[in-house]
Amino acid sequence: MSAVEEVSHQDGANQVSDVVVRFAGDSGDGMQLTGSNFTEATAIYGNDLATFPDFPAEIRAPAGATFGVSAFQIYFGSEDVSTAGDDVDVLVAMNPAALITNLKDVLVGGLLIIDSDAFTDKNLARAGYSSNPIEDGSLDAYRVIPIAVTKQVLESVKPFGLSHKFAVRCKNMWTLGLVMWLFDRDRSITTGSLKQKFANKPEIADANIAALNAGHAYAETAELPTGVEVYRVPRAEAAPGLYRNITGSESLAYGLIAGGQLADLPITFASYPITPASSLLHTLSGQKQFNVVTFQAEDEIAAVCAAIGASFSGSLGITSSSGPGISLKAEAISLASATELPLIVVNTQRGGPSTGLPTKTEQSDLNQSLFGRHGDSMLPVISCSTSVDCFDVAIEAVRIATQFMTPVILLSDGYMANASEPWLLPDINDYEPFPAKFETNPEGFTPANRDPATLARVWAKPGTPGLEHRIGGIEKDFDSGDISYDADNHQRMTDLRKDKIEGIANYIPEQEVSQGSPKGKLAVVGWGSTYGSIHQAVKRCRLEDLDVSHIHVRYMNPLPRNLGELLAGYDKVLIPEMNTGQFINIIRAKYLIDAKPLNKVSGQPFKIREVETAIRSLLES
Amino acid sequence: MNAPVQKLTAKDYASDQEVRWCPGCGDYAILKTIQKLMPELDVQKENQVFVSGIGCSSRFPYYMDTYGFHTIHGRAPSFATGVKLSNPELDVWVVTGDGDGLSIGGNHMIHVLRRNVDLQILLFNNEIYGLTKGQYSPTSKVGTKSPSTPDGSVDMPLRPCVFALGAGAKFVARTIDTEAKHLAPVLGRAHDHKGASFVEIYQNCPVYNDGIFDQIKDKKNAADTRLVLEHGKPLTFGIEDRKGLRMNAKTLLLEIVTIGEDGVTIDDLVVHDETNKVLAQMLAGLKLPEFPEPIGVLYCESTAPSYTDDVYQQRIVVRETRGPADINDLLRGGHTWTVS
Repeated sequence: MSAVEEVSHQDGANQVSDVVVRFAGDSGDGMQLTGSNFTEATAIYGNDLATFPDFPAEIRAPAGATFGVSAFQIYFGSEDVSTAGDDVDVLVAMNPAALITNLKDVLVGGLLIIDSDAFTDKNLARAGYSSNPIEDGSLDAYRVIPIAVTKQVLESVKPFGLSHKFAVRCKNMWTLGLVMWLFDRDRSITTGSLKQKFANKPEIADANIAALNAGHAYAETAELPTGVEVYRVPRAEAAPGLYRNITGSESLAYGLIAGGQLADLPITFASYPITPASSLLHTLSGQKQFNVVTFQAEDEIAAVCAAIGASFSGSLGITSSSGPGISLKAEAISLASATELPLIVVNTQRGGPSTGLPTKTEQSDLNQSLFGRHGDSMLPVISCSTSVDCFDVAIEAVRIATQFMTPVILLSDGYMANASEPWLLPDINDYEPFPAKFETNPEGFTPANRDPATLARVWAKPGTPGLEHRIGGIEKDFDSGDISYDADNHQRMTDLRKDKIEGIANYIPEQEVSQGSPKGKLAVVGWGSTYGSIHQAVKRCRLEDLDVSHIHVRYMNPLPRNLGELLAGYDKVLIPEMNTGQFINIIRAKYLIDAKPLNKVSGQPFKIREVETAIRSLLES
Repeated sequence: MNAPVQKLTAKDYASDQEVRWCPGCGDYAILKTIQKLMPELDVQKENQVFVSGIGCSSRFPYYMDTYGFHTIHGRAPSFATGVKLSNPELDVWVVTGDGDGLSIGGNHMIHVLRRNVDLQILLFNNEIYGLTKGQYSPTSKVGTKSPSTPDGSVDMPLRPCVFALGAGAKFVARTIDTEAKHLAPVLGRAHDHKGASFVEIYQNCPVYNDGIFDQIKDKKNAADTRLVLEHGKPLTFGIEDRKGLRMNAKTLLLEIVTIGEDGVTIDDLVVHDETNKVLAQMLAGLKLPEFPEPIGVLYCESTAPSYTDDVYQQRIVVRETRGPADINDLLRGGHTWTVS
């Protein structure tokens, strides 16, 4: 345990402040389901938590293969938790492949719960073991609990008469029961959700529940090694109110719906399946009771074009994809920029280039968002920093798109899209509405009329008598909106589009310092899902009185108007990014600051320690 | 819009923009016919929307005083789908060409047709790329000499109506740019059809492919080179309708026969049935010089549901089942807990 030294015996239980548990098995072993059930129970228990589902691109990789290992990590504790944790305290390994690929992350002295039945010669060889690690002493640095899980499971589900195949599938619930005992979690929510999930197959539900209970009972009664007892993780102090767990893709979907309502606009969401962005389409397509139409297009291009067509006719068009799909949409996004129509383009970033690492996370599409189009096609770009933050950022994207008549690129990533955290539920009535304005008056109307302050073009939707007009990709006359190839006019229109986007800086909040003081020795400047790691690293350093602050940027373009001045107040600036250094180039170019990079592109989020080490070495240098 | 439909004229549908097509372009004739047709349709002007891609034909919306969107190459069907999904009350027309609609935009054409989105799709087929200065197109005949095929094209052309039927289109017709008397009623039918209506318009490009349809358009030859389709009427053509098409029961192919020869009577001819897809597919494949080329409505399946209608019907059902939508309820769905 990360807090194993702090063990205190209370009511016969060990008390620890925080724990990292990782469930790992074959991609068909149900590790994600196990993890999400444990997460629910942990949230209800009252711990703060963060999760990291980490799965392969293969749907059902060959059993026992190292490339097919699927893992779910949860970090929970009694204090502010904002990452899925650095080192693993408890690893559940369902087979040798899961053990060999995850052992490097386990703390020395950590607990290994192993299904010894899966450690057959074939599986061992497949994972690359020349001898059985349970027996050869190579795990001596850990506390190993080998259990014949498969045998136990088959025994516990025998009364339900399932075939061997279905019986073995209950393994994950048996293991979950054991881990729930270990941390004193309530099984009733899992029981309930199993009944719901298998409502049409009650025998499967009953068998899974029996396995869950059997795993729990085994732990309670079996002679587990010394020191393996129930661990108590005290409840976290949290602001009072109603909570739920939420993943980034869910909160993003809900934010888009809320944004549509605040803008008083119907939403047309057009998308094409791509990992890890598809869950947004799934969530929204299940919310037809709201003013939302979803459209699964034939390709990425059709999706963005349909969204733009919807915006032309008076809805808010939204499209969503990941990097490769966004590339395909680029031409159409520039049309929306030229025709000045609202559009939201959600990019749930993944490892690239090309197909890259579809299920792994990265922040490498910032350059694409800012520059990845033909012509001078400048757009606002905003980014989410946590699963919960996706809700507010989505609302903000709707506000900017509709108030400024422009496409907005919203950056999320595979990590926060899938990761969940507790959410103190907001009340939608506390949000200020920003109703969209449609032109209705034919007097003096041209499609080129614009708001003198925001420079937003007028929105006149088909169906409005007297406002019939044409828009298109050809350059338009500044005054009439008719097509124009005039040289001076093109200069004027290009300047106008640039001024409009840059002017958005006057309508967004100034940059705040999320932790620390507004001047000092070092600012760690982050954006996107690095929030949690930077937050914890800065917090730890500040506990030791190190002079370091955390600034987290949401508005990537235009940047907050005070950002340059703010950064000038620090001796040094560190910019951690899950790419080879994209935001740092913007900061260096724009503010002429000698910012230092910290880059990682392993498909995994930053560990707190990695950021902490970089902070210390910069402060010492 | 409940206001009574005002009686407008063709002039009311002409925008103030100078038309910029080449002199003699078939697009002028189509524009005129459509501007004249518009007041005849039972649709308010503000509900008319023309969406186009890129190419000569795609400049069309600029010249109509309706709502119009000149978009990007090949994607007009996708924009139009979004327009219609967002507001099903709108009457949406897609104007495209053979390069725009069948080459760069071929994928979208397949899907807009199979989904049966309620749109009129007008494909101006001039068998050439005009706006990029004369390269051969996916409908150019084999041997077409063009800047990109100086020794003649070698690839097989695509037949737009065969393509449309193959994609599952429920309304497929063919007509001719300069023949308003044929063009207007066909477009009227396309408009009245619920679902995706696909109309191929033979359109002359006087600059890069002049006279490509002369054999069919020339009044002297027309009787022998075109097969005018009318639902319920036998498939006759030629001078005084002396020739016709008969189904050969052995080969299952259409064959040309002459009435009065070898005992052939009009009763031996195939009677055009717009609802017969097999017949439509056979007709769509007929081409010169072996056969006259059919013009008119090849296929019309009027009972098929339109995508847009079904999408909205599904929404209504969901809303009735789930009751009023509240965001606070949505957020509070699933497991929640209270910290006090």
